[in-house]
Amino acid sequence: MPPSIQALTHRYLRHNKRFPHVWCPGCGNGIVMGALLRAITRLELEKDNIVLASGIGCSGRMPTYLDFNTLHTTHGRALTFATGVKLANPALNVVAIMGDGDATAIGGNHLIHAARRNLNLTAIIINNSIYGMTGGQYSPTTPFGATTTTSMYGHIEHAFSIAELAVTAGASFVARSTVYHAALADQLIEQAMMKPGFAVVEIISNCHVQYGRRNKIGNAVQMLTAFKEQAVTVKKAATMEPEELQDKITIGVLTDRNLPVSTDEYKRIREQARAGQEKR
Amino acid sequence: MTEKQRERRLLQGNEAIVQGALAAQCRFFAGYPITPASEIAEQLSMRLPAVNGTFIQMEDEIASIGAVIGASLAGVKAMTATSGPGFALMQENLGFACAAEVPCVIVNVMRGGPSTGLPTSPAQGDVQMARWGTHGDHPVIVLAVSSVLDSFTITVTAFNLSERYRVPVVVLSDEVVAHTRESVELPLKKEVEVVDRIAPGMPPDWYKPYQEDARGVPPMAAFGDGYRHHVTGLVHDQDGFPTQNPQEVEKFHQRLAMKITKGLPDIQLTKKMYMDDAELFVVAYGSVARSALRAVEEAQKVGIKVGLLQLITLFPFPRRTLTPYLQQCHSVLVPELNLGQMSREVQRVNQGQCTVVKQNRVDGKLITPQEIYNQLVKLSDG
Repeated sequence: MPPSIQALTHRYLRHNKRFPHVWCPGCGNGIVMGALLRAITRLELEKDNIVLASGIGCSGRMPTYLDFNTLHTTHGRALTFATGVKLANPALNVVAIMGDGDATAIGGNHLIHAARRNLNLTAIIINNSIYGMTGGQYSPTTPFGATTTTSMYGHIEHAFSIAELAVTAGASFVARSTVYHAALADQLIEQAMMKPGFAVVEIISNCHVQYGRRNKIGNAVQMLTAFKEQAVTVKKAATMEPEELQDKITIGVLTDRNLPVSTDEYKRIREQARAGQEKR
Repeated sequence: MTEKQRERRLLQGNEAIVQGALAAQCRFFAGYPITPASEIAEQLSMRLPAVNGTFIQMEDEIASIGAVIGASLAGVKAMTATSGPGFALMQENLGFACAAEVPCVIVNVMRGGPSTGLPTSPAQGDVQMARWGTHGDHPVIVLAVSSVLDSFTITVTAFNLSERYRVPVVVLSDEVVAHTRESVELPLKKEVEVVDRIAPGMPPDWYKPYQEDARGVPPMAAFGDGYRHHVTGLVHDQDGFPTQNPQEVEKFHQRLAMKITKGLPDIQLTKKMYMDDAELFVVAYGSVARSALRAVEEAQKVGIKVGLLQLITLFPFPRRTLTPYLQQCHSVLVPELNLGQMSREVQRVNQGQCTVVKQNRVDGKLITPQEIYNQLVKLSDG
C-alpha cells in the first residue's frame, strides 16, 4: 500500500510556508512531487540528508514547499549547484528538479556534462514542452509545427528527446514516464535515487494552460488521456518501426549501466594525493 | 623539539593565492581554464585532495561558480579563479551569492578587455564590473593585490571577510602580479588568523535562516546539519521563503546593505606611506601601486612632499580614509591601467576640495615609476 496523500502531506510539506503554491489547477508538477515523495518514503531516507535543488520556472518552485534542505538556484544551473553540494558532502542524497527549458536550453550544457561526469546525483526533468511560467514560449522540446506565443506561425525547429540525449551523454541510469503513469514514475524515481552514478528521470507532463489549450489538445484530463494513448513501453518500442514510433512516448528504463562513479573515484584521488605528500 | 621556522620561497602571485586559500582553510575549488589564472586551478588540483578537499574542472565559468556556491552551502569554504571573460559569465550567480548570503571567494586575474581583449597583458579594466557586474543593488567586497606576499595575505583576508559577513569577496589580481616571481616569507600556520562562519546555536525548530544577529549577519547552517531550510535567489523573508510584501522586501535590501556598512572599519583596508605631511598624494592599487611607491620614494628624495595611499579594499570604497587627505593635499594623482575607473570614485568623494588628476594606460603595458614620477614633479610645481 502506498502511503496516503495525507500522510505524505503531513510528513513532507512545509506548514510554515505560506501556501497556496503557484501551480495552476491540474498541473502535472503536483503528480511529480507526489512521485518523488513516495519514492523517498519507500527508500526510508532521512529528511536531513536530502537536498533538493531546482532552477527557474514552475518546476523551480517545488523545493519551496518541501521540508528538505532546499535550494532554488538560477535558471538552468540546478545541476551545477547540486554538483558542489554533492562533492562537498557526498553523504547527502542530492536531487535536482528541472523543467525542459531549464534542463535542456539554458542548462543543456550542464546536463550533458553532468551525465558525462557521472557524479552520484539524481536529475528529474519535468517535460511539458513549453515555458509555462513566462507565458508559453517554445522550448527545446516543443514539437515541430506547434503553436506557442513565440511560434504563432507554427514551430520550425525540431524537438530534443531528453531521455535519449541523456543516454548518449553517458548517464548511468535513464528512464522516462508520464504524469499519467504516476505509479511508474514513483518506481523510476526510486530506482534513480538508488542508482550509483548520474541518474535521469524524464517525466512528460501537461501544461494545458499554455500548451494544451493553444494546440487544441484540451484540458488536463484530455492531455493525460493523450499520454496514456501515446505511451509504449521500452520493450514494445524495440519491436516497432521508427515511423510507428513518431508520435509515441517511450516509457520505462532506457539505460541502466554500471560505470565508475566520479564521487567514488575522487576518494581514490585523495588517498593517492595524501600518499604522495607523505612520501615527500 | 625545535620551533618551526618560516621559510623563504620563490613564488609567483598565482601560487601565493593558492597558499593563501589553503591557509584560510579553503577546501573546494571549481574552475574553468583561462589565462592568466590557470596556475591557481592547476596547483589546487594537486593540493586540495591531499587535505581532504575537492577540486573540479567544470564545463564553464557559470557552472564553476554554481558549484562553488553549492559547496559553500554544504559547509565547505570554496573559491574559483578566472579572468575577465570568465568573470563576466559568473555575474548572475555572483548575484545569487549576494542575495542568498553565501560566503565564497572569486579571484579575477585581470587581463585586457573588453571581450577576448588582450590576452594576456595586464589591465585593471574589471574594477567597476567587480562592484556592479551583477544586476540589482547588492553587497559585495572587492580587494586588490599588488605583490606576491599580498596575494597570500589578501586571499586569507578575503576568506575571512567572506565568512564573517556572508558575502562573496572578489580578489582582483592582474597579469603582472600573477606571473611575477618574488622571494617571500609566508607566515606559519599558527600565525594566520582564520575566521569561520557562525553556526546556529538554537535548536533546529527555532532556526530562522535569515534572521540577523547584532551585526546584521544571520548564523549559517550547512545542508545536512539538521537545520533544514530554504535557500533562494528570490527576495525572501527571514524564514528564507520568497516574499513580495513591500515591508519584507525593503527589510531584505536594507539589511544586506547594512551588514556591510556596520563592518566598514573592518572591511576598508588601505596602506599609507609618507602620508602624514603630504601635500600631494597618489591613490593606486594592484601592480600600479608598486610603480607608484617607487615614484613616490624618488620624489621624496628631491624634496617633494608626496604620499601614497594604496587601496587594498576597492569596494566598499574607503571614503573615510581618503577624506582627511583630500582636505590636507592640493592634488591627488590616480594612475590606473584603464580609462579612469577608480579616479571616478576619488572624484565622487572629493567634492571639489582637491584637484583629481587621472593617469591612464590601456596599451597592455604597465605604468612605469618614471611616468608617475614625471607627473608628480609637474603637479608639485603647479
